[in-house]
Amino acid sequence: MRLTLRIWRQKDANSPGGFVTYVKDHVVPDMSFLEMLDALNREIVERGEEPVAFESDCREGICGSCSLVINGIPHGPGRGKASCQLYMRHFRDGDTITVEPFRAKPFPVLRDLIVDRSAFDRIMQAGGFISVNTGGAPEANTIPVPKQDQEMAMDAAACIGCGACVAACKNASAMLFVAAKVSHLGLLPQGQPERYRRVRNMVAQMDQEGFGGCTNTFECEAVCPKQISVRFIARLNRDYFRATLLEP
Amino acid sequence: MTWFRALFRSTVGLKWLMGTSGLVLSGFVVVHMFGNLQIYLGPDAINAYAESLRKMPLLLWAARIVLLAAFLLHVLSAVRITQLNRAARPTPYELWSPQVTTYAARTMFMGGVILAGFIVYHLAHFTFGLTHPDHFKLHDAKGRHDVYAMVVLGFRQPLVSLSYLLAMVPLLLHLQHGVSSFFQTFGLNHPRYNRIIRALGPIVSLIVFLGNCSIPLAVLAGLIPYPVVGK
Ligand code: HEM
Ligand code: SF4
Ligand code: FES
Repeated sequence: MRLTLRIWRQKDANSPGGFVTYVKDHVVPDMSFLEMLDALNREIVERGEEPVAFESDCREGICGSCSLVINGIPHGPGRGKASCQLYMRHFRDGDTITVEPFRAKPFPVLRDLIVDRSAFDRIMQAGGFISVNTGGAPEANTIPVPKQDQEMAMDAAACIGCGACVAACKNASAMLFVAAKVSHLGLLPQGQPERYRRVRNMVAQMDQEGFGGCTNTFECEAVCPKQISVRFIARLNRDYFRATLLEP
Repeated sequence: MTWFRALFRSTVGLKWLMGTSGLVLSGFVVVHMFGNLQIYLGPDAINAYAESLRKMPLLLWAARIVLLAAFLLHVLSAVRITQLNRAARPTPYELWSPQVTTYAARTMFMGGVILAGFIVYHLAHFTFGLTHPDHFKLHDAKGRHDVYAMVVLGFRQPLVSLSYLLAMVPLLLHLQHGVSSFFQTFGLNHPRYNRIIRALGPIVSLIVFLGNCSIPLAVLAGLIPYPVVGK
């Protein structure tokens, strides 16, 4: 396949960026999108130019590093997969593909397609944990967990922190991410003592980072590689209201 | 009121304020539409309805104050959250291809601004009688404020009717997203009920749209007569 790629190039956080068009030949349908970019970078390097910077690590949809907006969709077309799991068979010979970085004020572009997502780390530091004194591990079966709670908690815990939910939302809202992190602890017995403090602190940090608010468009759910449900956002709303009204 | 300040300061809290006030406003819009439909029952019915409201000043004013408060709260939180949301994406995408975000969801703020303008005009027209004082002064045979005549004479003017019909489009869109949306805001989301919750916005908004639009259209078509002969 021959593709025309319009890729966002930006030297560093303080330089203005712009699109550069590349023509890429010999694209094989079984290549992943990132392998295709690797091949493009080899050609760019052979020409003595700077390769396109993009993030990746596991390349199997579990680390949350890859972060491309492909033809206007974070992680590209198709549901429930990260950019590294997108295959070139989704495109046709002769297609033009636009590749942009995630865009949000709290995710500044560091270079080309790489953005700084440490805002998510700071949200986690604000409450995405449980406080226990270490010591001998207690017998796991002494704390019974209802099966449906355990399953829901695991669904929420599947979030890989990629930030596609922010990238997709018209408000650059981080609610799906925060809701997943609040819920996976809030659903389990070990998360109860800090349940309401957690939701308040994580939402406060989310706001402070400059993410927008949720207006229930559900765009996040549609692009999430782990298909985290917006049901968790409703759960966060409930916990937050309770936290503000009853447990100030 | 510390909880109120706390809510107003956070994006999640703002949604609660917007949802609560939006629920009050939506409830009013639905009830108001059914009240208006009494025009089809003739002058006696709708004038008696208007008279009965005026005979309960305490209730009427309580309702008006609640509505005004809800409106102000709704607009205030809408402006604040829209500011925050726009600031969160200073650089727009070159290409953005929303997968599920509806047109209605995307235009909530601008639609709301048009609605606010329309509400001011609508109140000036029918509540304060400022735009057509001659229609506002009329009284029926029983000496009641002649709401029927005021509505029919107003809507006989094509431009007045047109402005009402046009304003119903942003209302349709606003309720289409809003009525399903406040369930989610209030934390009501369960696979068993999501189909009905997500259908409710489109259904309620369409009923309000059709009900309200039918009145100016019926007046223009001559289906709602004035003066009423043979009575
Ligand atoms: C007839 C009057 C109005 C009614 C019945 C109404 C109703 C609603 C409802 C039910 C919601 C959903 C709340 C939620 O998601 O929890 C909403 C949201 C909203 N309204 Fe209104 N509203 C009205 C007027 C206005 C006005 C005058 C403005 C702006 C100046 C406005 C701006 C907004 C905005 C920005 C949202 C949030 C958008 C979103 O969640 O996507 N509305 N409204
Ligand atoms: S909720 Fe989904 S889209 Fe958002 S960070 Fe987690 S995995 Fe990524
Ligand atoms: S590279 Fe790890 S999820 Fe894509």
